[in-house]
Amino acid sequence: MVYPENASDRRSAGDSVVYLDHAATTPMLPEAISAMTEELARLGNPSSLHNQGRRARRVVEESREQIAEAYGARPSEVVFTSGGTEADNLAVKGLFWARRDASREFRRVLATSVEHHAVLDSVGWLADHEGADACWLPVDAAGALSPEVLREFIDRDPGGVALISVMWANNEVGTVQPIAELAAVARDYQIPFHSDAVQAAGQLPVSLAGSGATALTITGHKIGGPVGAGALLLRRGADLMPVLHGGGQERDVRSGTLDAPAIRAFATAVEISRMRADDEAKRVAALRDDLIARVLAQVPDALLNGSPPGPGRLPGNAHFSFPGCEGDALLMLLDARGISCSTGSACTAGVAQPSHVLLAMGADEARARGSLRFSLGHTSAQHDVDALAAVIGEVVERARRATAR
Amino acid sequence: MNRLRVLAAMSGGVDSAVAAARAAEAGHDVTGVHLALSANPASYRSGARGCCTLEDARDARRAADVIGIPFYVWDMAERFREDVVRDFVEEYARGNTPNPCLRCNEKIKFAAVLDRAVALGFDVVCTGHHARLAPAWRQGGAPRLARSVDAAKDQSYVLAVLTSEQLGRAMFPLGGCTKDEVRREAAARVLAVADKPDSHDVCFIADGDTRKFLRGQLGEAPGQIVDEAGAVLGGHDGAYGFTVGQRRGLRIGYPAPDGRPRYVLDISPASGTVMVGPAESLDVREIEARRPVWTGCPPPAGPVGCLVQLRAHGTAYPAIAWPDGAGLRIALGTPARGIARGQAAVLYDGDTVLGSATITGTDRTARAAIAAMDNA
Repeated sequence: MVYPENASDRRSAGDSVVYLDHAATTPMLPEAISAMTEELARLGNPSSLHNQGRRARRVVEESREQIAEAYGARPSEVVFTSGGTEADNLAVKGLFWARRDASREFRRVLATSVEHHAVLDSVGWLADHEGADACWLPVDAAGALSPEVLREFIDRDPGGVALISVMWANNEVGTVQPIAELAAVARDYQIPFHSDAVQAAGQLPVSLAGSGATALTITGHKIGGPVGAGALLLRRGADLMPVLHGGGQERDVRSGTLDAPAIRAFATAVEISRMRADDEAKRVAALRDDLIARVLAQVPDALLNGSPPGPGRLPGNAHFSFPGCEGDALLMLLDARGISCSTGSACTAGVAQPSHVLLAMGADEARARGSLRFSLGHTSAQHDVDALAAVIGEVVERARRATAR
Repeated sequence: MNRLRVLAAMSGGVDSAVAAARAAEAGHDVTGVHLALSANPASYRSGARGCCTLEDARDARRAADVIGIPFYVWDMAERFREDVVRDFVEEYARGNTPNPCLRCNEKIKFAAVLDRAVALGFDVVCTGHHARLAPAWRQGGAPRLARSVDAAKDQSYVLAVLTSEQLGRAMFPLGGCTKDEVRREAAARVLAVADKPDSHDVCFIADGDTRKFLRGQLGEAPGQIVDEAGAVLGGHDGAYGFTVGQRRGLRIGYPAPDGRPRYVLDISPASGTVMVGPAESLDVREIEARRPVWTGCPPPAGPVGCLVQLRAHGTAYPAIAWPDGAGLRIALGTPARGIARGQAAVLYDGDTVLGSATITGTDRTARAAIAAMDNA
């Protein structure tokens, strides 16, 4: 007789010792977990007018103030969402619809070809179903968009641009865009400018007012908060149509009962991560630089994708192409050795597709397929880098043999 | 016990899930891999045909979770398209009747997948096939493939193309039990696929309509339907829509003079002519085959008495086989009907597979050729 309990004794794929996938999600901060746990035990819908409702509302509004303060926004400029994907959809579709209502001339949507799928596919959907004219902004070999290129693309039809969306930092290769300069170009033409700052928010100084952007996307689980809480930071006066209709809880542009426990934990994580940001960025960048040096020492022909370490790259990101390897074979071999990382690109039924980001940066398909992202975060330590350095040479060699056949 | 690093190919069905569970429970280091074989895995298919839908990938993943083994998806769509789907289409275009499951075992599971697995450090590939595999050490050097104890579910026929080297890297944990036992065990292990229907048909033909699929691939190729005397009885829009032994779907407007059913006797790919005739004309007593593979005995120098199976789930006929140059000739003790070129002839000694070869012709084909010459 076989008992299913036996199965759970066996090693599971989740017991990874070395976690190098913080860009996918990073462990919740203990403070965020206790804030959330405490709040989950409390009763109250923030929209209710009675005692419990007022208490829950107070938690949400205090959280809103903390988040606004951390990201250079006014409290009224924080629109809570279920996360980054919803905030990106709301910004891209909401800004487009509002602009189209103002004038039928506004049909062009400008976005870089390296955006996250939440932006990429929202723009694509607008083009397929709403008559938008999708215009993909080219990036250089490091994945960056220059303000001159943006200006040139706007100038092709300045009166027709509905909005511009450029991510603050790329989720795969970690390239940081010159957001303030790009937003300044947009402002010259009075075009709404959105930036997906999901990856940047935990690692770089991100500010709505300071950047000059119209709207910024942030999310909790990349900075030590819970999955399921995010926000669109939206300038006062920016016109935006809702995507979710209903109770109109968030400035009438986003409906749905506010998730007070998740929002409080999100704000807690924001506050702590902002407090530690400068030291953390230096610490993580030093680890990352060591990781890059040691991977290149073990695998001399590995190629670092994206910008060189420095202000042009997220401190926690290292992204390589390993010539002659398949990314998914590398991932499996590392996983079997207790090291978790990512190919960084989207999957269809678990099948790795060549990264659209690397392809947009001019990489060929083989280079795009043979890539791997190592991303560090607040729990990363020297032993993580040591563990990777100890096996990467052997793993790459083995993966190469699997490709050569 | 020898702890092996096992790559368990998991289709999302009950057999491969139980096979992986048994390998893990035997103490091996097992990793589950679902093979994505369709270029467009988003295509959901109704029922349980096929083995590469999103739903199947999810079922395989959940089974791996329950068993407690790591799980990945390998993209084999390109190799599958080249080695199985294209081969299938080309074989029909040549007037042959291929078996794509057999080809998939030969070229994908125990070739492309096995090679990649070995390179990545695995020792064997484990599947849920119903066949027994006695390990090499017990046989003094060569692994022996044999029928499953469940005769109705036996899949040794579609594995018999594997070489000794391939069998040496294979693991079939289910050969010693029946399908019912597998389902009961899956239920006891709380695997959600316990009562998932068996897959059947050709996995890459979503609606099960092979003729339509081939028409889409090969286009219309009209030809004649003739009787054994060469008289034209009708026409068709593609000889690839026919298989030797086929009775239905001939669409000949009037009955045979004797009122008896008519069957496809032969297909001439060059002219696109399909010959039909009475059942007894289907009788085959001698078979020619090429590319013999011997796993159950050394390549024989002379005639060997054996049983021969000529299609999946077909009858095993007493026969004598002997080498003929690089090929093989097989004389049947009793005539067999509906023997199609392109199918495998698998030789057994009792339940043990001796070897296999691909059917290239029969004495029926030869008689037809003679008849055609007489008519001309």
